[in-house]
Amino acid sequence: MQYAVMIYASPDQIDGLSEAEREAVLADYQALVADERCVQAVQLQPAETATSVRVVGGRMLATDGPFADTKEVLGGLCLIEAANLDEVLEMAERIPAARLGGVVEVRPVVPR
Amino acid sequence: MLASLVGYLGDFDKAEDAAQEAFAIAAQRWPDSGVPANPGAWLVTTARNRAIDRIRRERTLAEKIQLLPVPEAVMDEFDEAVIKDERLELIFTCCHPALPLEGQVALTLRALGGLETGEIARAFLVSEETMKRRLSRAKAKIKATGIPFAVPGARVLADRLDAVLAVIYLIYNEGYRGRVDLGGEAIRLGRVLAGLMPDEAEAHGLLALMTIHHARRRARFSGEDLVLLADQDRSLWNMGEIAAGRDVLDRALGLGGRGAYVVQAAIASLQAMSPVDWGQVAALYGRLVELTGSAVVELNRAVAVAQAGDPAGALLAVESLDLDGYLYFHSTRGELLRRLGRDGEARAAYRRALELATSTAERRFLERRLE
Repeated sequence: MQYAVMIYASPDQIDGLSEAEREAVLADYQALVADERCVQAVQLQPAETATSVRVVGGRMLATDGPFADTKEVLGGLCLIEAANLDEVLEMAERIPAARLGGVVEVRPVVPR
Repeated sequence: MLASLVGYLGDFDKAEDAAQEAFAIAAQRWPDSGVPANPGAWLVTTARNRAIDRIRRERTLAEKIQLLPVPEAVMDEFDEAVIKDERLELIFTCCHPALPLEGQVALTLRALGGLETGEIARAFLVSEETMKRRLSRAKAKIKATGIPFAVPGARVLADRLDAVLAVIYLIYNEGYRGRVDLGGEAIRLGRVLAGLMPDEAEAHGLLALMTIHHARRRARFSGEDLVLLADQDRSLWNMGEIAAGRDVLDRALGLGGRGAYVVQAAIASLQAMSPVDWGQVAALYGRLVELTGSAVVELNRAVAVAQAGDPAGALLAVESLDLDGYLYFHSTRGELLRRLGRDGEARAAYRRALELATSTAERRFLERRLE
């Protein structure tokens, strides 16, 4: 089964971490991408680079900023191929954002 | 039986349909042909065959091929095969944290408790339609998200077991509602779980806790009035059940259990003695505070400290708590102030508690205190 794993983190999540802790964070993200079950992974540029597009009354409105103006923003997403939910949850647990105050959302993908 | 079928078919609804069909066939045939030597195995095998046939039929229909006659399960062919008891897998699936809590509760009662949807609806004061939807949503999520039908691995077992115990305890605390004895249901589920996981101290701890509490149910209310533990008519306690609960507690302690449910069961056991060793109760509450960090538990510890003869120490502990919206915080403060001879402040505390009372029983209890 394919799952989308969406990583929400606050931009200052690694502030206040020691050098060793930062290295551990980097290693964990690298391990995620290197995992053979990770079909595709993308890291997003910061929220300031986001543009939101709406079409209202037939007109396109582009505004600066992400969809949700929250402290935690979508920082990256991966497509995971796993046997069941527990397997993905185990992978999600190791994503640094989850232990640094952010949230990792796991959702099954609609099969084509 | 349902557990085996869900495991085999990987689908609650198909399992339920198959089970019903098998029962119907048995009801038709057994009066004439006699009950088979291993009726359980017969039912499971029949149900599986019916389910397989149904799945085959659905597939062939989809492929627009002509229906072939379906071979019927032959009674003689049943082996004395052991039906794999997959109730543990079922419990962990129903209580998976990915499911909404109310879905976990409903599914556990339906799939493990065998309660009818209508009964569960009445017990939780919702319409049958609402409960049906709650169950459907939970089952749909299991399917859509690939929640596995499995006992969790060792790494996550403790956390997942906590989730199961929490669901069972939640059901227990609903008590007797809508003509359904959810307290009794929870105890039954707790017994099944403890039987399936004999080495898990917390499972025995929860069973012991529920059993001992349940033994005191007739003494808890006197008409509409709430009766404090100290004032309860002990002749209304079921001493047989208390003894049974203590046996289970011993089992948990023998396994080295020191977790939250074991501690609560030990407290309940001590409180059922005469006289109560409040010093020990206070010490156990201390352990429980360590485990849970709960202010309410600390409040209970303070009460035990007072009962052990130190109302001043108890008041000190209580005043450090941030529980302004909690009725029993104020009523406890009131009681402690009264014991220390500070009657004016005591009355003020009881009045504040009265403001927070929501049931007649609570109101009357506090009003009597103010007299």
